[in-house]
Amino acid sequence: MKQTLFEKIWNKHIVKTIDDGPSVLYIDKHLIHEVTSPQAFAGIKKRGLKIFRPQQIVATADHNVPTINQHLPIKENLSKIQVDTLIKNCAENDIELYGLGHPYQGIVHVIGPELGITQPGITIVCGDSHTSTHGAFGAIAFGIGTSEVEMVFATQCLLQTKPKQMRINVNGALKKGVLSKDIVLYILSKISASGATGFAVEYAGSTIRNLSMEARMTVCNMSIEMGARCGLIAPDETTFNYVKGKKFAPKGEAWIKALKDWKQLFSDDDAVFDEEININAADIMPMITYGTNPGMGMGIDECIPLENVLNENEKPAFVKALKYMGLQAGNAIMGQKIDYVFIGSCTNSRIEDLRLVANFVKGKQKAKEVEVWIVPGSKQVEQQAIAEGIDKIFEAAGFQLRQPGCSACLGMNEDKIPAGKYCISTSNRNFEGRQGAGARTLLASPLTAAASAIKGYVASPNAT
Amino acid sequence: MENIINQPDIINVKSPFQTWGGYASFFVPLNMENVDTDQIIPARFLKGTTRDGFGKNLFRDWRYDNNDETKPKPSFVLNQLQYSGSILVAGKNFGCGSSREHAAWALVDYGFTIVVSSFFADIFKNNALNNGLLPVVVSETFLQKIFEQKSDTQLIVDLKNQTIKIFQDAEAPSSEEFEETFEISSYKKECLLNGYDDIDYLLSIKNDIEQFEKQFA
Ligand code: SF4
Repeated sequence: MKQTLFEKIWNKHIVKTIDDGPSVLYIDKHLIHEVTSPQAFAGIKKRGLKIFRPQQIVATADHNVPTINQHLPIKENLSKIQVDTLIKNCAENDIELYGLGHPYQGIVHVIGPELGITQPGITIVCGDSHTSTHGAFGAIAFGIGTSEVEMVFATQCLLQTKPKQMRINVNGALKKGVLSKDIVLYILSKISASGATGFAVEYAGSTIRNLSMEARMTVCNMSIEMGARCGLIAPDETTFNYVKGKKFAPKGEAWIKALKDWKQLFSDDDAVFDEEININAADIMPMITYGTNPGMGMGIDECIPLENVLNENEKPAFVKALKYMGLQAGNAIMGQKIDYVFIGSCTNSRIEDLRLVANFVKGKQKAKEVEVWIVPGSKQVEQQAIAEGIDKIFEAAGFQLRQPGCSACLGMNEDKIPAGKYCISTSNRNFEGRQGAGARTLLASPLTAAASAIKGYVASPNAT
Repeated sequence: MENIINQPDIINVKSPFQTWGGYASFFVPLNMENVDTDQIIPARFLKGTTRDGFGKNLFRDWRYDNNDETKPKPSFVLNQLQYSGSILVAGKNFGCGSSREHAAWALVDYGFTIVVSSFFADIFKNNALNNGLLPVVVSETFLQKIFEQKSDTQLIVDLKNQTIKIFQDAEAPSSEEFEETFEISSYKKECLLNGYDDIDYLLSIKNDIEQFEKQFA
């Protein structure tokens, strides 16, 4: 039977299917964090249940933590209660917690892969939409709501309807200064923020094959921004080499067996996709967003579209977005003055991102008026950066290297962008108020963010 | 698809969707596409550890000036007195963005029972259904028809028959009726009509789950 990569994994995890209803999908790994779990723990307790498979759950604190002075008690009371509630819930239920101060703490989607928890062929869920990140390993990984967290707590299963299948093929060599973030922002600008709703998206093609594991994670991470249920990339040598030797990766005999299984994980030649999109890598420029959803993006040297090229029902949101952003239809965005640069989030806070930025800024200085925050995705990334002397390069450039967490990605913890200020950000969402009430977010790659940090305005990584 | 849950101890809470002839209400029009969950409930209000109380921060930054509860923005629909009712009608791709279930909790806590749009983001749709909030998907044409209505028009949603109707004042001379059917999985429909949820069902098949696990052990 010809199957897509998604279908191979899906079929293996179906416990049963309800007639004219959803399927019962078995979940291998469940990642949790402080924000979307407390109500689920409370729900379990209220029903008089116990956590069904605590050893398949891993917890961390990331969304609501400060990124400086993590050794001190959390100042903000509600945040502290949330983090403390997680500690208490994990202790009571025998769940492994990599909380603040732990050498493995970090953003949930950064630590899963780096600890080898994320593996090809498995199902992974987390009460966080960017769980799609883990699909880069050829896993079915998707975000769930708190009621669903409770379901997995209770039964290690979820009721799911099978999504439709989409494949996005990217072929050819990438232009200078173009990173995997630009690939995904480009796709978004073409198919819009709802272009893949209801689909599982597989990314394929020579360009994707040539990406590193970390770059692949950036692409899969933003699948949710197209509305996709999840994103996947078939595992290959790059994947196997990355997973090998990681803390929770299979070892010895188990590794050999796993490898044999993993090599079967690809879409069969004649597998059927409901939709297929082809993209030429040479068409992709360094990208920037101008609006308030991630689909409102363009090449950095292009101009914001004019209202009259849009459909009637797109117009109100477009006008509202530009008003919020303080930008003009038809204008260029290159040269737009910025106030903040945020390099971090589960999209771009891995060691490769930090290395790229360090390489670029070595010997340069940030623009005086700009504040630059570099927030590593995990304790391990932070330690690695220090070991490689990257911290010194940042210091010399005037960039602040902070401690791991979601930070200014979501305007929940202490790191917020003030109202009306422009922030060029390597995160994944530019929604109104996402980085703080009134904050104006321009999404871009780490290189574009670094180039702009040096100039003090939106600049191409290729401009010297 | 009768009785998919054979558990005698499930209490059939009377669901609002059992009303004979359908659930009728005025509606609140939010004529905007891609309304994301960060607008429905901004992240800074996610610090609760229970499901209650999120309604007061629903659409917080669209509702108030400068984050100040004493300064409602008159231009925002929730602050316009002529609009009331427990049905929210919104533009395409409602609920995109974050997986936060707080968005569904905030809508329910505020008093909404039904959300109508031509398209819902996946996770939001699930979250809504898991909280007894019914997402009704209508065609783009029907949606625009609703937006054209005056504030004294009601919508009637009949979950049993899967229909949604625009109900204008029957006495009015130019009154017309518009009706459309909508899709919902029969499993979810049964859950909503009977007031039980996925966990009840999953618990009822725990043996199958344990059997499944043994395959891989
Ligand atoms: S970094 Fe941002 S997008 Fe990623 S998990 Fe944290 S809040 Fe969500």
